[in-house]
Amino acid sequence: MANENNNTKLDIKAFLDKDEQKDLLRFLTAGSVDDGKSTLIGRLLFDSKKLYEDQLVALERDSKRMGNAGEHIDYALLLDGLKAEREQGITIDVAYRYFSTNNRKFIIADTPGHEQYTRNMITGGSTANLAIILVDARAGVITQTRRHTYLVSLLGIHHVVLAVNKMDLVNYDKAVFDKIVADYKAFVAPLGIEDITCIPLSALEGDNVVEKSDRTPWYEGPSLLDFLETVPIDRDRNYENFRYPVQYVLRPNQDFRGFCGKVASGVIHKGDTVMALPSRKTSRVQRIVTYDGEIEEAFPPMSVTLTLEDEIDISRGEMLVHPEDLPTEGRCFEAMLVWMDEEAMDRDKHFYLKQTTNTTRAHIDGIRYKVNVNTMEQSPADKLILNEIGKVVISTSKELFFDPYAANKQTGAFILIDPITNNTSAVGMILNPVDDNRAASEFESVITLNLPELGIAPEHYEAVEKACKEIERRGVELRIIK
Amino acid sequence: MSDYKLSHLQELEAESIYIIREVAAEFENPVMLYSIGKDSSVMVRLAEKAFAPGKVPFPLMHIDSKWKFKEMIQFRDEYAKKYGWNLIVESNMEAFRAGVGPFTHGSKVHTDLMKTQALLNALNKYKFDAAFGGARRDEEKSRAKERIFSFRDKFQQWDPKNQRPELWDIYNTRVHKGESIRVFPLSNWTELDIWQYIRLENIPIVPLYFAKERPIVEIDGNLIMADDDRLPEKYRDQIRMRKVRFRTLGCWPLTGAVESDADTIEKIVEEMMTTTKSERTTRVIDFDQDSSMEQKKREGYF
Repeated sequence: MANENNNTKLDIKAFLDKDEQKDLLRFLTAGSVDDGKSTLIGRLLFDSKKLYEDQLVALERDSKRMGNAGEHIDYALLLDGLKAEREQGITIDVAYRYFSTNNRKFIIADTPGHEQYTRNMITGGSTANLAIILVDARAGVITQTRRHTYLVSLLGIHHVVLAVNKMDLVNYDKAVFDKIVADYKAFVAPLGIEDITCIPLSALEGDNVVEKSDRTPWYEGPSLLDFLETVPIDRDRNYENFRYPVQYVLRPNQDFRGFCGKVASGVIHKGDTVMALPSRKTSRVQRIVTYDGEIEEAFPPMSVTLTLEDEIDISRGEMLVHPEDLPTEGRCFEAMLVWMDEEAMDRDKHFYLKQTTNTTRAHIDGIRYKVNVNTMEQSPADKLILNEIGKVVISTSKELFFDPYAANKQTGAFILIDPITNNTSAVGMILNPVDDNRAASEFESVITLNLPELGIAPEHYEAVEKACKEIERRGVELRIIK
Repeated sequence: MSDYKLSHLQELEAESIYIIREVAAEFENPVMLYSIGKDSSVMVRLAEKAFAPGKVPFPLMHIDSKWKFKEMIQFRDEYAKKYGWNLIVESNMEAFRAGVGPFTHGSKVHTDLMKTQALLNALNKYKFDAAFGGARRDEEKSRAKERIFSFRDKFQQWDPKNQRPELWDIYNTRVHKGESIRVFPLSNWTELDIWQYIRLENIPIVPLYFAKERPIVEIDGNLIMADDDRLPEKYRDQIRMRKVRFRTLGCWPLTGAVESDADTIEKIVEEMMTTTKSERTTRVIDFDQDSSMEQKKREGYF
């Protein structure tokens, strides 16, 4: 007995050393209310032995009181955190879950499927490497499946799993599965999603969730968890085009001026020549500084501090790039916009637009069309309302440095903030630049400070300019006349 | 191509540093709330990392309920001094002078006055527009849905149904005067990540986390340490020395110990991996009712 205990005893050092090396996969789950999504997640968490006993005790108690799963444990109750939605029996917001296996750590963004909460799915999916889209084997590909898939393609998620759930209710019939897969593939082809995997499973019974099931001998692919553990994700980031939005300028003393930021994309080496935008001044990377010492190279998504060989004035919101590989610099672009606000789009409003670490004022110049997320049909529109998606033209008061979202998520994404309520009104994905002659005329009303006219003495100019810079950093465009 | 790989901890570290810098850049008057627990210790180290070789550009604030373990207070003062932090300590002195405490007023009244109210008073007093907290989403169900940048109205209240959408790493930091944002840079860390990071980075933590013989009395099934002479008379002759450690730290009468031999981080992790209780069960305040944490959060508690 004692021997046996010793043999099975966890070798904790080895465990921790291995754990330290694991990478991180973030995935989104989307499905309709009754597709058994929460049950599936509960099963992944449960079967990967992450549930602690006392959570289980609480669960048993809750299941008896209001469970919907008959004699099975209702995994959904474990996940649906908030009081109000428990009473409704549906998940109404994005909830994040964490579990790990021997090979990987996982973050699940659990998002709802019903119509009025498209915005939550967009929220949950923005950081995901992979999306699991659930369908009920009895219902097949339905409107919501199409909508979820469209949103996933819009967000540029590279990997999609179509999880055909409730196979137990169709007698694990291969023909049913094959039909759903064929329907789905026909529909998804034009969306350009790189990697699609279809898995027949039963979340309730556990078939093909963690272990491959004997009840689907005709299915030759991996179980869901096997797939999640092995799908390669390290190629999903952009390592080609160096983009370094300056986030914070660090000046602890006269001798040190560091530009803090996250490597949005590409790779930077000590000694590389870099160009600062918009000034177009160039210098070389003197040091890549971290708390743990200097390093030779940095890549996404590392947060580092760069020092340059020459004294160049660079502020938050400006960008360091390689001089031979520039992003678009411009004030006008086309983008896909998802409206996230209860308040409908007001075309007269000048929103705040935040892209990378840059904030500016922005105006929606026009709507090319809006998209019916269920049919993907395009139709004309003069405004967007909550959960609507459209192709728009946006112009900004300040120049932005951007890439198409499809090429670079980090520099192609932005949010629009309502200047009155401060809500995040919309989120956008840049498609391409547009000639900004039109935009220019619209933004002539920049606030101008004529310092001599205001009677400000020249010795105060520097202080005024510094204050203005601070205000600009918060998104207000100012012009100074000396 | 695959040379450019970060482990999950490196990725989490980078994400947290990015969040912390974003707050320093966009808010006028941020503060980092410091509970002296292990998560706070990690958060504080991440802040030091974010601004190295410079100093962290915001203060650290501890809300002292006046019932914290003595070892916590000692650790707090030594750490702040050693690492050059600007430390603010605030308490609800009015309630303290009125004699409010967990033994006399119960855990709910005590927590409300000495923690929630004390925190709200302090945030108002200094007019902080952003406050970092060390909460993790895996700790508790209602936290799983909270944003990393979590908006609070003028009354410091959280409305779970009216959260701002949060996409990519573009955080909406705009608030009106009087409103504020609570920021949770450790949102995506798990308990195991925290321990692993403490181990790898040699981050100092309060010794109460490690098993040791301590004077313990059993109250309503919880192992409570007799930390000072405010332990009511009726319990005093029940004090026994037992080898225990704490999985979470808070007010000593409200924080249950667990019997344990784990006196190293490796042993703590081993205990955690094989244990059957999740960490918040040692916090007495959670037992009121199922949605109690959500209730407290709506009212302004972290």
